[in-house]
Amino acid sequence: MRSLFDFHGGVKPDYHKEASAQQPIAVAPAPTFLVVPLHQSIGGMPRPLVAAGEQVRKGQRIGAADGNLSAAVHAPVSGTVTAVEMRRMPHPSGLFALCVVIENDGREVWIERQPFDIHAHSAEQTRAYLRDAGIVGLGGAVFPSHLKLAPGKAGKLDALVINGAECEPFITCDDMLMRERAAGIVRGIQIMRELLLPTRVLIGIEDNKPQAIAAMQAACAGLSGIEVIAVPTRYPAGGAKQLIRALTGIEVPHGKRSTDYGVQCFNVGTAHAIHAAIDLGQPLISRIITVAGNVESPRNYDVLIGTPMREVLALAQPLPDTDRLIMGGPMMGVAMPGDEVPVVKATNCILAGSKNLFPPPPPEMPCIRCGDCAKVCPADLQPFELYWYARARIFGKTQEYHLFDCIECGCCAYVCPSHIPLVDYYRFAKSEIWARETEKEAADRAREHHEFRQQREERDKQEKSARLAAKTAAGRERAAAALASVTQTEAAPSPATEARKALIAAALERTRAQQVTPANTTDLAPEQQAEIAAIEARRAEIREQARPHLPPDN
Amino acid sequence: MLTAVLVMALGALVLGAALGYAAVRFRVEGDPLVEKIDAILPQTQCGQCGFPGCKPYAQAIAKGEADINQCPPGGEEGIRKLADLLGREVKPLSAEHGVEKAKSLAVIDENLCIGCTLCIQACPVDAIVGAAKQMHTIIAAQCTGCELCVPPCPVNCIDMQPIAETVETWKWKYPVVDIRPATARAA
Repeated sequence: MRSLFDFHGGVKPDYHKEASAQQPIAVAPAPTFLVVPLHQSIGGMPRPLVAAGEQVRKGQRIGAADGNLSAAVHAPVSGTVTAVEMRRMPHPSGLFALCVVIENDGREVWIERQPFDIHAHSAEQTRAYLRDAGIVGLGGAVFPSHLKLAPGKAGKLDALVINGAECEPFITCDDMLMRERAAGIVRGIQIMRELLLPTRVLIGIEDNKPQAIAAMQAACAGLSGIEVIAVPTRYPAGGAKQLIRALTGIEVPHGKRSTDYGVQCFNVGTAHAIHAAIDLGQPLISRIITVAGNVESPRNYDVLIGTPMREVLALAQPLPDTDRLIMGGPMMGVAMPGDEVPVVKATNCILAGSKNLFPPPPPEMPCIRCGDCAKVCPADLQPFELYWYARARIFGKTQEYHLFDCIECGCCAYVCPSHIPLVDYYRFAKSEIWARETEKEAADRAREHHEFRQQREERDKQEKSARLAAKTAAGRERAAAALASVTQTEAAPSPATEARKALIAAALERTRAQQVTPANTTDLAPEQQAEIAAIEARRAEIREQARPHLPPDN
Repeated sequence: MLTAVLVMALGALVLGAALGYAAVRFRVEGDPLVEKIDAILPQTQCGQCGFPGCKPYAQAIAKGEADINQCPPGGEEGIRKLADLLGREVKPLSAEHGVEKAKSLAVIDENLCIGCTLCIQACPVDAIVGAAKQMHTIIAAQCTGCELCVPPCPVNCIDMQPIAETVETWKWKYPVVDIRPATARAA
């Protein structure tokens, strides 16, 4: 038995995990229409590769990764693309984003699936393959996995941590995955090992999942360097930094990443997805989802990405008083804007809520600075200070108090005797800071463009005046030459006036050369000529009459 | 006595040389206060403040020739930041310079554009692409929403459109305490 370390804080909420872990994982039936959002991972928005009316096969790439910080998206079924349009996203904003809508033809025609031989390819090619297979972190952060499968700055990885802790109440998807598909997970871990070459592999599982621990131990039997470790059940033991602390004793400082300390962390679901992509040639088109909460029969389902949440929920028979849907668990989950939103790669749980199950919180009271939140904060922050500054919109101070190390686990709000929705304040402050940073970047870009434009205008002006000066100089030279020829014939009274006269003469010569005779004064008929002569005569007469009234000309 | 004078003189020379060198070597180019003010301004380059761009306005503020409440795109927050920096009182936005508006984006109706290039000449940040007698278009990512391209357009084909919120730009709202009316409790 190895010695474990302890992370700071944490809470022990009611787990409610038994209900959904009674039955094995069931495959959810494929719906008639699937709505696959293109943007399902952190990073760039994938470009759509299909258009309405096109036929797609199951597993076909429909969204190509945009740059390296992005992951591809695939068709979960075979069928026809009916639209590539804006649909409501499973996001608390309820806003719309570009989705590919596929009508299922029910024939399950797969693309050609071929195992990927990682030994025949370079590590770079393997990572590109995983990006194009749409592999992202399935623990909830949906960070593209291929980026984490590269050796970090340290160059050497000490520990590969596999996260099977699953600390959030109600959720059992990783638990069931480990019980039923342990071999696949271990195979995925082996692939990661080949890419990362870690000294040791630590699989951390909370000790309230004895069956999962047993299954994983059986799957790892005979393999050296892999250890399955039971960690004490305490929320949030499944947070990456918390699990790393518990297993290795490494405390990742504020604002740093675990890779800087030679530790990389993956979810068990991600390990299984990597196994499916490499060994079976299947891209990430489905995932295990726990359907729990206010339902008749909570259970885990293997659901295709893009299935409307309503249809998944219906399988578990929601109770009539269900009034909301939460994606994720009760601690960190977010309320969904409706039940028609699709399942995405980040959906680990669909939690049905009701007034009885999750009663509305009591009214918010003033903070009494009791410090309970700081005692439970697993990130070693001071939540009451963060709350104070976020509430007062003093965002600079929140950053000084390491707001961005907050993992939004909700422990502080859980213990707050004043029922302050602390995490809401942190989320508010974080998104305000992000918005300001984007604005600042845009302003800096605008400044650069403006300065460049001013420089260009200045340069144009200088070039123009230089051109003009050169032209005048040339004119003067010509005039001087003309003057020289004049002085040769007769003596000039004053060279200066002569030079000016010559300049004027040259200018007149230029204008004369530019003058064009109007086209309607040539080739005239005799009668037109006569008419013109008559008009000219009349004009002369009028001029003669007007002469006394005109100023005298010399 | 002489030694003491010499030592002091030598010390003065050495220190003087060091200070002189530092003054040349670490010379600050330009006015750092103008840079700081310019960093707060939104760089819209719209000229609503009465100066031809953000930098001239920053210079005017630094010299004390302009007030801090003349920038409508910067809004109330910009005024507050300037007040913090300069140690002045926060004041409301001066009405004669305009009102704070949601950020918008210029959009050219490409069916109407006649390719006159007048808007290209007006754009302070080179965000419009086009050539004479060719259709013009706006590079959305570079547009600051200054509206300077709108008045020169002879066919009124430029429209300012508010920027729509997307899932990526959406912000969590300030938590609001739900105040229930007293009648609800009585009922």
